[in-house]
Amino acid sequence: MSLLNRFRKGLEKTRNFISEGIRQLQVALGHYDEEMLDELEMLLVQADLGVPAATQVMDRVRAAIRSERNDREDFVHARLAAAVQEILGPKRELRLAPDRLNILLLVGVNGSGKTTTAGKLALRYGREGKRVLLAAADTFRAAAIEQLEVWSERSGAPMIRHATGADPAAVVFDAISAARARSADVLIVDTAGRLQTKQNLMAELAKIRRIIGREAPDALCQTLLTLDATTGQNALSQARLFSEAAEVNGLILTKLDGNSKGGIAVAVAWTLPEIPILLAGLGEGAEDLMDFDPEAFARSLLPEPRNG
Amino acid sequence: MALFESLTGRLQAITERMRGRTRVTEQDLKAMTREIRLALLEADVNYQVVRDLVADINERCAGMEVMESLTPGQQVVKYVHEAIVDLLSIGNNKLALSPSGFTVIMLYGLQGSGKTTMAAKLARHLKETGRRPLLTSVDVHRPAAALQLEILAQPLGVEVYSEPQNRDAVEIARNAVARARYLMRDVLIVDTAGRMTVDNELMDELKAIAAVVKPTQKLLIVDAMIGQEAVNIALAFDQAVGLDGYIMTKLDGDARGGAALSIAKMTGKPIKFIGTGERVEDIEAYDPERMASRILGMGDVLSLIEKASRHLDEKKAQQTLERLQKNQFSLQDMLEQFEQVQKMGSLRDLVGMIPGVNQKKLAETDVDDSIVDRNMAIIRSMTPRERENPKLLNASRRRRIALGSGTTVQQVNQLVNQYEQTARMMRSFTGGGSKRGRRRGRGGLPGMGGFPF
Repeated sequence: MSLLNRFRKGLEKTRNFISEGIRQLQVALGHYDEEMLDELEMLLVQADLGVPAATQVMDRVRAAIRSERNDREDFVHARLAAAVQEILGPKRELRLAPDRLNILLLVGVNGSGKTTTAGKLALRYGREGKRVLLAAADTFRAAAIEQLEVWSERSGAPMIRHATGADPAAVVFDAISAARARSADVLIVDTAGRLQTKQNLMAELAKIRRIIGREAPDALCQTLLTLDATTGQNALSQARLFSEAAEVNGLILTKLDGNSKGGIAVAVAWTLPEIPILLAGLGEGAEDLMDFDPEAFARSLLPEPRNG
Repeated sequence: MALFESLTGRLQAITERMRGRTRVTEQDLKAMTREIRLALLEADVNYQVVRDLVADINERCAGMEVMESLTPGQQVVKYVHEAIVDLLSIGNNKLALSPSGFTVIMLYGLQGSGKTTMAAKLARHLKETGRRPLLTSVDVHRPAAALQLEILAQPLGVEVYSEPQNRDAVEIARNAVARARYLMRDVLIVDTAGRMTVDNELMDELKAIAAVVKPTQKLLIVDAMIGQEAVNIALAFDQAVGLDGYIMTKLDGDARGGAALSIAKMTGKPIKFIGTGERVEDIEAYDPERMASRILGMGDVLSLIEKASRHLDEKKAQQTLERLQKNQFSLQDMLEQFEQVQKMGSLRDLVGMIPGVNQKKLAETDVDDSIVDRNMAIIRSMTPRERENPKLLNASRRRRIALGSGTTVQQVNQLVNQYEQTARMMRSFTGGGSKRGRRRGRGGLPGMGGFPF
């Protein structure tokens, strides 16, 4: 299945919801008026874009309607998709440095999918023939280490672990020396879930980041924030506060298919354009963790403009 | 987003302009309605629900007299708050137990919403109230799910029934019921598998499990951070499997939990409990008033008081008080106070619960927990004699303490100064057991002056 089709399938519910909303507007003779545009804006809010991002999208659409003197339905829908894509920005991928150790530090709130993402990334890079090492730095949650261990077996990537309750920074420290000894290409670090408002836990992340900087100054370390796409506007607080603590390099939008509205991607991109969305989880399988494609996303979120 | 100015502040700004007039005009109302709508949408309240609610609030405000109160903004917020509380006060918030003497509680929800942790919390809560619960995990999908439940339950002394090799959730559920009856337990808590999607496959599995365990209570676990989709998820579960109520988790963060309002309005089902932390004891009864304040970003003074009383050691506080009155407040006492403060959680969390604290300002201010950590480290690097008698602390001792605690001599000096100030202040309050001193001592938290902010 092509990337576009994967996004289309994942965002099907939201697209149908917006299509249905538009259908109910009964755009008179195929032209939008001001009131209908307001309703369209509210449809976006209901897709989790949040008020600021939805307003921004519609401002751009309204500007285009004015400057092109065109309020036809197809034109409006095309500009809508274009505005969403503009805000999402260019496609940015998760890139590994070819010639040195890559450290992927997975952070996020409880239940956002860190361990699962760690496992899927291990499988992905293992299949590409890279030497992958997993670090079980979630020493807090009951059975988190065992959960990652299952992924370690599935992917064949060895796992560095300490006992539950151990200092996660110490696990990372050991994992780095192990990665060196085995000349690993990728070290994937799974950390404990934490709510972004817990200062002491955020300080712990900053410490892990510092230790990586000190112990592996030559490695390329990327902090990746997993964000449950079902999340509402709190995602903005998550992205902001995690960035402050651990220099987030990119976002992974998990659980984007199924029950998420998906619009939170636009809200985050609008509020924090400096943090790119790199990957999207579009299914439960390892191969469903895909590169985030703004164009495919924008086209899948909104109804396709009818041609002709 | 929690970092917005409070709704009260924004409404206050609008009502400032109404001074001198006696009635709220259409235009004022429109402006206020807009702010209320934005505040609710920021809190992830479902758009349809916001619309209905705003209509209700408009009605309540329409006849409002501006002069009735000096702060019409607050008056409006009060109306909004009341409207939300009314909505949230739906149904019975108590857990229903079966009159037959054998209750089955079935938990379900999306992946990562916190089912397994909540199952353990419920087991602990029920055990504390004199029940004999048995836990079971029928999650055959997520790796180590049953193990997680076992680890959580083990210190509680609650048994977990699981079959790690069995891939048939319905069969495990059936066996769990038999096991619970055999062990003569009065409550069985069934933790089911989470899914990414509310799909037919999941619903069929849940229906099949429900048919076997015949749940007394079917409870949906909802993450407080969830967005606009919350209502559809709740409705889907309600229609397919049935829903008796729900439990909202992760309310210890800064999520406003607007979904609570949406679900209450659209399903008419009550919240039974709320989850407020990662530890098994972090489960609380649901209170509509507090939830309404939270959705409106009004701070949560009740939680603050509850937190303080739960973690403050009465006896220790009394001892400190006595020592204060005898002029014996030492660095050791100060250390104990720091420890008590820390037990309550991070300072920022605590300050954030005070109403009127501007969340945006708070985010910018440096409420730094590490100062408490640092000060504790400094005192811990002192000998017992030094702690009791700070006069001993000469330059060389201070150097040693700085080295031992990983701080600087200046930081040690700072702490000692702070201690002396606090001790002086305490003496002036308690001054030889005067009336005023005693009253103050019993009422407040002793040693507030010792807080590093």
